[in-house]
Amino acid sequence: MSITRRPAGGRIDRARPLSFVLEGRRLTGYAGDTLAAALLANGVRVAGRSFKYHRPRGIVAAGVEEPNALVTIGVGGRRTPNVSATTTELYEGLVCERQNGWPSVDLDLMSMTSWLAPFVSAGFYYKTFMGPRRGSWMFYERFIRRAAGLGRAEHRPDPDRYDTRHAFTDVLVIGAGPAGLAAALAAGRAGARVTLIEQDFELGGSLLATPVAGAEEALRRAAIAEIESLPRIVVLRRTTALGLYDGLSAALVERHDHASPDPARGAAREVVVTARARAIVHATGSIERPLLFGDNDRPGVMLAGAIRSYLHRHGLLLGKRAVIATNNDSAWASAMDLAAAGVAVTLLDERAAAAPGLAEAAGRAGIDLRSSCRLVAADGGRRLRAAEWIDQLSGTITRTRCDLLGMSGGWSPTLHLTSHTGVRPVYDARLGSFVPGRFAPGTYGAGSVMGRHDSAWADGHAAGAAAARHAGASGAVGEALRPPTESWPSGSALSPPDRVPGRGKTFVDFQNDVTTDDLALAHEEGYESVEHLKRFTTLGMGTDQGKTSNVNGARLMASLRGIELQASGTTTYRPPYTPVSIGALAGRSVGSHFRPVRRTPLHDWHVANGAVMIEAGLWLRPWYYRWAGPDPASAYVDEMKLVRERVGISDVSSLGKIDVQGPDAAEFLDRVYVNNFAKLAVGKARYGVMLNDDATVLDDGTTARVGEQRYFMTTTTAQAGEVMSWLEFLLQAVWPELKVQVVSVTDAWAGMSVAGPKAREALALALPDVDLSDAALPHMGVRELDGMPVRILRLSFSGELAYEIYVPADKGAAMWTRILERASPLGIRPYGLEALASLRIEKGHVAGLELDHRNTLDDLGLGKMASRTKAYIGRELRQRADLTDPERWSLVGLECLEPDATLRGGAILFAHGEAIAGHGRGYITSVTWSTVLGKLIALGLYRGGLRHQGEEIVCAYPLLGETVRARIVSPVFVDAAGERLHV
Amino acid sequence: MLTIPCPHCGERDYTEYRYGGDATKQRPTHGSGDIRAWHDHVFLFANPKGAHREYWQHVHGCRQWLVLERDTATNAVARAWPARQAVPA
Repeated sequence: MSITRRPAGGRIDRARPLSFVLEGRRLTGYAGDTLAAALLANGVRVAGRSFKYHRPRGIVAAGVEEPNALVTIGVGGRRTPNVSATTTELYEGLVCERQNGWPSVDLDLMSMTSWLAPFVSAGFYYKTFMGPRRGSWMFYERFIRRAAGLGRAEHRPDPDRYDTRHAFTDVLVIGAGPAGLAAALAAGRAGARVTLIEQDFELGGSLLATPVAGAEEALRRAAIAEIESLPRIVVLRRTTALGLYDGLSAALVERHDHASPDPARGAAREVVVTARARAIVHATGSIERPLLFGDNDRPGVMLAGAIRSYLHRHGLLLGKRAVIATNNDSAWASAMDLAAAGVAVTLLDERAAAAPGLAEAAGRAGIDLRSSCRLVAADGGRRLRAAEWIDQLSGTITRTRCDLLGMSGGWSPTLHLTSHTGVRPVYDARLGSFVPGRFAPGTYGAGSVMGRHDSAWADGHAAGAAAARHAGASGAVGEALRPPTESWPSGSALSPPDRVPGRGKTFVDFQNDVTTDDLALAHEEGYESVEHLKRFTTLGMGTDQGKTSNVNGARLMASLRGIELQASGTTTYRPPYTPVSIGALAGRSVGSHFRPVRRTPLHDWHVANGAVMIEAGLWLRPWYYRWAGPDPASAYVDEMKLVRERVGISDVSSLGKIDVQGPDAAEFLDRVYVNNFAKLAVGKARYGVMLNDDATVLDDGTTARVGEQRYFMTTTTAQAGEVMSWLEFLLQAVWPELKVQVVSVTDAWAGMSVAGPKAREALALALPDVDLSDAALPHMGVRELDGMPVRILRLSFSGELAYEIYVPADKGAAMWTRILERASPLGIRPYGLEALASLRIEKGHVAGLELDHRNTLDDLGLGKMASRTKAYIGRELRQRADLTDPERWSLVGLECLEPDATLRGGAILFAHGEAIAGHGRGYITSVTWSTVLGKLIALGLYRGGLRHQGEEIVCAYPLLGETVRARIVSPVFVDAAGERLHV
Repeated sequence: MLTIPCPHCGERDYTEYRYGGDATKQRPTHGSGDIRAWHDHVFLFANPKGAHREYWQHVHGCRQWLVLERDTATNAVARAWPARQAVPA
């Protein structure tokens, strides 16, 4: 492969040289080069080492289908592995390295793994490492991870910005080859808003591989000029359609980095666009297939179309002595153009004859034409030495010295995107490949993707016109641009890709090192369907997703099975069409923007006053306060003591709050809650539980009746949204006749709980004019202050005398600080979520860890709450036999019996003396240190529940090899009689 | 992107909505006491291929529940109406 850059010609700007760095070497290319072209121009033949066998591999293609030339680009946090050199636009200062070679790609000691080839055949992973001897994977994994694989991921944070946006258009044209240009032009002329997207940085697609002085180039320029003159056409270069979705929408990624990699400019490196169109034209072209022959992966073996592309686009002559092998007409163009550029060319055509006139033209060009001949093997290492080919009529094998080998096994329509929305590929025997099946309304295909390469301009024109009409644009579309001579035919009468009995390995999938032998093995072992074949051999996986290998693989398997290709079908194409960075998909949803953060009205106070915050769902809540200790483990105990012995205050603003109003509000709540709310007196509150239809517990909370027709419902923090939606569903879809309105007022109220034996004194100091006596405001009583939007509910989560005070959100901080300041003589201090959650464990109140939508009322010891007289949601299915089984896992308290041991949430419970195996008899849901009892206590679920009260059991934590003895006790550890509440 | 025509807000991306289950099923009468009917309602689903009706709530919009007619095979949306109405107007 002797490579020369021609002094003139091509679509590069020789006035703009660009320097770049390959593994420390400073090299030069030109503006308009891809990285692959620039590497070739600098004589870099080995683009990387192969995945499994570490064979040297060269650049095979000139576009997205490239299986080999994966490089790592960039430095520091911008280092990006597995980037295709053939789609990377060269820019000044680009830094890259090749991959998967040790110590280097040019001298790869790992290539000795080729000797081990028999051990790494298809299915090797499954059979050996996942095999009957468990644990063998553990042993081999480290070795395999190092030997196989692609580039290494970067672990440092990515400093670049990414963004997302929405786009709306009438006609989305995907691909700017001849069909796409014609479609965009026709639709634009008709007056439609058009978005034309092209993954390359140049428009033209296959036209870019035609001579710069040719008629097709003139047509390309004319089309682009007119497109740019039409104001309603938006052209997006460097933009790839990753996926197509329902409703004629597409996910696009715009790449900005390669064109302008200035990190300081602050703009997004990549933007994911959600594009919505009224009509879509697929003009995605087709991809050339390799031929199957021995050692067809040697550097210097390339797709014939790619050789032509490097010649005309980049002015690169990739060899002096070329063999071009084909089973169709398209590669003849490459042979002729190489011959015209002075390359000695031997053209092998598997067929007896090509299209009329071609043989004569080849003769005039001085090409050594060999019909009915096909390749047997390539000979070479890091450099190509010769091609061996057979005359199929005589059986004679000939060896021809060459430094460039072009192959064309036909063209496969790029139907990945059409498949995303469920358009089934249909086999086209003329192409030897698949074309899209029937499109849904509003979707069109044009040109090569439809197998109509020869009439791409006219085809695109018709599709663009139809798409514009579908989108409601009715202007004149004019005449289609027509090439004066038709472009090279895409071929007919393909011969099947039989396994050629040649020397060496015959690769079907270069990227995954899958050979014809692997396919034969898959066939022998019964992995015949294309989906099984893919999993067994890894054919079609990887960053190129089998763009050059899928059809050959399917064809080969079909011929092994003796079936028609249509019957075998293709694997399912899924987004993304080409690899996309995680950064682009994440967009701005990173760091603190990963998801919304909810802060309570008291947030700033907490942060300014020593609170350590913790995420609770979307909420940030005070976890503990530094006054009580430097870490949660020490702080929460002091905060608990504060509440049990004196008085504390905590922020409960995150509780869901729902205003329920209307003449039927009482009836509504009676249907929703298991217990009675219609008879609740005004000025009173009640703890309520609501069930799902299937009788599992949905949520609990305290609801106060603040008027004859008005209730103030609170829900748990976690279930607030769920309960709100549920109430809305019931009122709108189930009982529209009920006159009730529900409004979420969670964010309207700040809530704070003042709890402890001195809670009344504390509140009296803060609100001296309010009568807080037990008579005026008994347990479960509610007060609304005259003329002030203040609600005081006397209720308790901790088991101590406690009040919840609700004030408008903007008054929250004022009320909070007022209570803290006025009650400071009593020693009041704030306490956090850890203490709040621990106090409730001592009191046996269930919370989120117990309310997991699997437990019933009876499981949680709340069965007695359910009304026997009224109907409520979930009542019927509570009676299911399985839910009334006394052996169900139900709520128990646990006391740790080993002073030095730890109880852990999630520990599995076993009966005393029972073998520690299996799922046990239950598990621990919540654990705390009890300041009252001076020991570790827990809540848990246990088979048969409190019928086992007093029994000693074992809490096992197999992950740490722990077993701890505990005793089953009542879940109410503190003040079972409730005397502290009624003072 | 599937879009859903909200009867109140117009056509919006489905990501603004939450799915709410099969709307072809008749919910048993509240308090009917019929365990079998409730069992079938809660646990048995036809999962049809083709035209289907389902509940969606426009949670990030007007918060109204609606009934959507959607083809489960093609995702083609026929129409939507407020869940308050038993049948489309």
